[in-house]
Amino acid sequence: MKKLILGNAAVARGLYEAGCAVASSYPGTPSTEITEEAAKFPEIYCEWAPNEKVAMETAFGASLAGRRAFCAMKHVGLNVAADPLFTMSYTGVNAGLVIAVADDPAMHSSQNEQDSRHYARAAKLPMLEPSDSAEALRFTKLAYQLSEEFDTPVLLKMCTRVAHSQSVAELADRQEPEARPYTKNPPKYVMAPANALRRHPVVEQRLLDLAAWAETADLNRVEEGSSRSLGIVASSTCYQYVKEACGDRFPVLKLGMVWPLPERKIRDFAAGVDQLVVVEEGDPFLEGCCRGLGLDVRGKELFPLTGELSQNRIAEKLGLPVPASVKLEEELPNRPPVMCAGCPHRGLFYTLHKLGCTVLGDIGCYTLGAMPPLSAMDMTLCMGASISGLHGFNKALGREAQVKTVAVIGDSTFVHSGMTGLANAAYNQSNSTVIVVDNSITGMTGHQQNPTTGFSLRGEPAGKIDLEALCRAMGVNRVRVVDPYDLKACEAAVKEELAAEELSVIISRRPCALLKYVPRKPALKVDPDKCRGCKACMKIGCPAISMERGKARVDATQCVGCGVCGQLCGFGALEAGKEAE
Amino acid sequence: METKNIMIVGVGGQGSLLASKLLGHLLLGQGFDVKVSEVHGMSQRGGSVVTFVRYGEHVASPVIDKGQADAIVSFELLEAARWLEYLKPGGRIVANTQRMDPMPVITGAAEYPQGLTEKMQAAGAAVDPLDCLSLAERAGNVKAVNLVLLGRLSHYFDFPESAWQEAIKACVPAKFLEVNQRAFQLGKNA
Repeated sequence: MKKLILGNAAVARGLYEAGCAVASSYPGTPSTEITEEAAKFPEIYCEWAPNEKVAMETAFGASLAGRRAFCAMKHVGLNVAADPLFTMSYTGVNAGLVIAVADDPAMHSSQNEQDSRHYARAAKLPMLEPSDSAEALRFTKLAYQLSEEFDTPVLLKMCTRVAHSQSVAELADRQEPEARPYTKNPPKYVMAPANALRRHPVVEQRLLDLAAWAETADLNRVEEGSSRSLGIVASSTCYQYVKEACGDRFPVLKLGMVWPLPERKIRDFAAGVDQLVVVEEGDPFLEGCCRGLGLDVRGKELFPLTGELSQNRIAEKLGLPVPASVKLEEELPNRPPVMCAGCPHRGLFYTLHKLGCTVLGDIGCYTLGAMPPLSAMDMTLCMGASISGLHGFNKALGREAQVKTVAVIGDSTFVHSGMTGLANAAYNQSNSTVIVVDNSITGMTGHQQNPTTGFSLRGEPAGKIDLEALCRAMGVNRVRVVDPYDLKACEAAVKEELAAEELSVIISRRPCALLKYVPRKPALKVDPDKCRGCKACMKIGCPAISMERGKARVDATQCVGCGVCGQLCGFGALEAGKEAE
Repeated sequence: METKNIMIVGVGGQGSLLASKLLGHLLLGQGFDVKVSEVHGMSQRGGSVVTFVRYGEHVASPVIDKGQADAIVSFELLEAARWLEYLKPGGRIVANTQRMDPMPVITGAAEYPQGLTEKMQAAGAAVDPLDCLSLAERAGNVKAVNLVLLGRLSHYFDFPESAWQEAIKACVPAKFLEVNQRAFQLGKNA
C-alpha cells in the first residue's frame, strides 16, 4: 500500500516492519515523532526515558537480551548518549540495534548546528542517511539487517527536512525476526581493559568489511547525467535539492551510507567527470573524505558551513538559472516565537525581570523568557546547565551573586540532567536559588510525558517522581511551591529564597495552558472607561494583548483567562470574562 | 508536468497542519507524487510558520524556494507579505485579512505595516483578500478559518468538487465535519 507519510513516521513504520520489539527515547525536535508513531504499534514496547543516555542503554539491554531495539534523539542528544555509544561499538549487539539521530541545520528548534556524521566516524559505526520517507522506511529495515550481519549498532541519520516532510512510501507487513537467545559472553560484553583490547581490532576489521559492502550496495548509486563537465556527490535532502536544481544534467553519486564510505566507487565516479563537487549541509565531511583520497574536489568553497541549502542556492552556485521573484521594499516586523497566552512561565519571568535577577536558563519553552519584553535570561547552554552553571557562578562571585542570581529549569529537563547539578550544589554547599518551572509536561517538543507527570508515553498511569521529596532527599532544606499565576506570591518567594543563606528550590507549578485537561477560563474583557492606555498590562508580553485606538484590547480567540495581566492594571480595567451560559 | 507549488503560511497555532494534511490527501488521490514539508517545535509557539506542498509527476525537493510558489495560502496578512518573495511573479495569494500583532509590534519596537494587500498587488501578486475569520464564525467555529481558505483556494484549482469533499471527510474529525464543510463552501463562494 502507498501512503503519504512523514519521514519520522516512516522510520516508525520501518521499526514495525523490521520486527523491532523495544524503543526507548528522549524527545527532541526533529526526532520526537519517530517514537510517538512507533507507540501506535502495540507490537513495539515504547517509552520515554529521562534522557538519551538512559534511552540508549535501555535499547542496548534489549538488544543484548535478543530483541531488536531502537532509540531516537536529536543531534545534541547524541552528545548525552556518546558514552554508551562509543563502547557499544566494541561490544557489538545481539539482536539488531538502530539509533536514529536527527540533525537540525538552520536550527529551527535547536541550540547548535552540530553535524552528527562525525560521531559515526569517531565511534567507528555505520551511518545510513535517507533522503525521503520511502528511504527512511527502507533504510530502517536495512539498518537491522546490517546490525545483525556485521554485529554493530547502526546509526540512522535524519535531518529536519527528511524528518518533517511527508512523501510517498510503500508499506509492507511486519516480519518477526528469528530469535537470538541471550547467551553469556563476557569477553564480548564485559568491556574491562583485557576484553576491550581484544575487541578493538574486531571493530577495525568490521569497518573494513562494511566499507567493502558499501562498494556494491545499491544504496550508494550513480545516476547518469547528460554532461560530464561536473559530477556531484550528495546524500540526504541535499540529493533532492540537487535533483531539483539540475535534473539529469550532471551525474550524481547518491550516498545512502555516509560512513564508512565506498572509496573505490568515489574514485571511479571522480575519474569519469571533469570536476567533482560535493553538495552537503554542515561540515565538509564527505568533501574531507574525498580530499583524503587525493581527489580534486569543490565543496565548501561554493556552499556555506551554516544553515540549510535549497534548490536555488545550489542552482546559483552551479551557474544555473534561478527563478525571478518579487518582494516588498519595506522592512517587515519579525514574528519570533513567543510564550503562549496563559503560559504559566510568564508570571515567573515577569517577576525575575522586575527584580532584575541574573537568570541562568535551560532548554525548553521557558527559554523564550529571553525574548523581549520579559528579557529575563542571561545564559542558555545545554540540558541541565542552569543549575551547575549557577553553582559555579555563585562560587566564583559569592554573596554579591547569590542575592540576585537564579537557575530556571523545566520539570523534564530537571529529570534529564538537572538532578545531578542539584546533587552537586547540595553536596558542595552552594548558596543558590534554583527554580524548577513545573508545567507537568515536556512542552516544547509537543507535550510528551516524563517521570514527573505520572503517565507513560502511551498515556497510561506510570511512576511519578515527587519533586519536593526528591530535592529534600538530596539535602535541600528550603523547598517551596509557588503558583506562577500569583505575581505577589511569586515575588515574595523569589525575594525570600535569594535572601536565604543556603540552597533553596522554588517549584513554580502550574500545568501548561495548552494541555487538554486544563480548564480554559473565559477571555478577559477590557473596560474602555477604566483603561487609560498606560500599557502596564503589556509588560508581560502576552500575544493576546494589543493596543487599539489607545486602549488595551484582548484577543478572545487567544486569551485563556489566566488573569496575570489583570494583576498589573492599576485601574481595574481588565475584568474576568463571564462564563458562557 | 512541471511540479506545482502551494505554500501555506501563518502564525504558529492557526491550524495550517490540517490544511496541508487535507491538500496532501487530495493530491495523492488525484494520482500525483506529493511532498509536504512542515516545521515543528520552537517555531510553532506563535512564530511565523510555513508549510510547503508540492505535487507533480515526480517531486524531488521537499521545499519550495523563492520565485517558485504558484499559490500562497495565508492565514495572516503580514505573513503573506513576509513570504511574497517565494511567489512566482503573477502567482496567486489567497489571504485571510486577519491581523495578528507580532511581539515587536506589541512591545512597540515596530509598527504593523499598512496597506499590505495593495502593496503586494502593486508588486505583481494576484491577491484575493478575504475576511476568513467572519466566514468561519458564520460557519459555526472561528477555528474553521483553514477550511474557508481551502474553499477559496479550490476556486483556482481544477480538481473535482467530489475530491475536495472526500479529502475533507478523510481529514476532519467527524464531530466537526459539518462546520468545516460549511466553512469550505463559504470560502469557495465568497
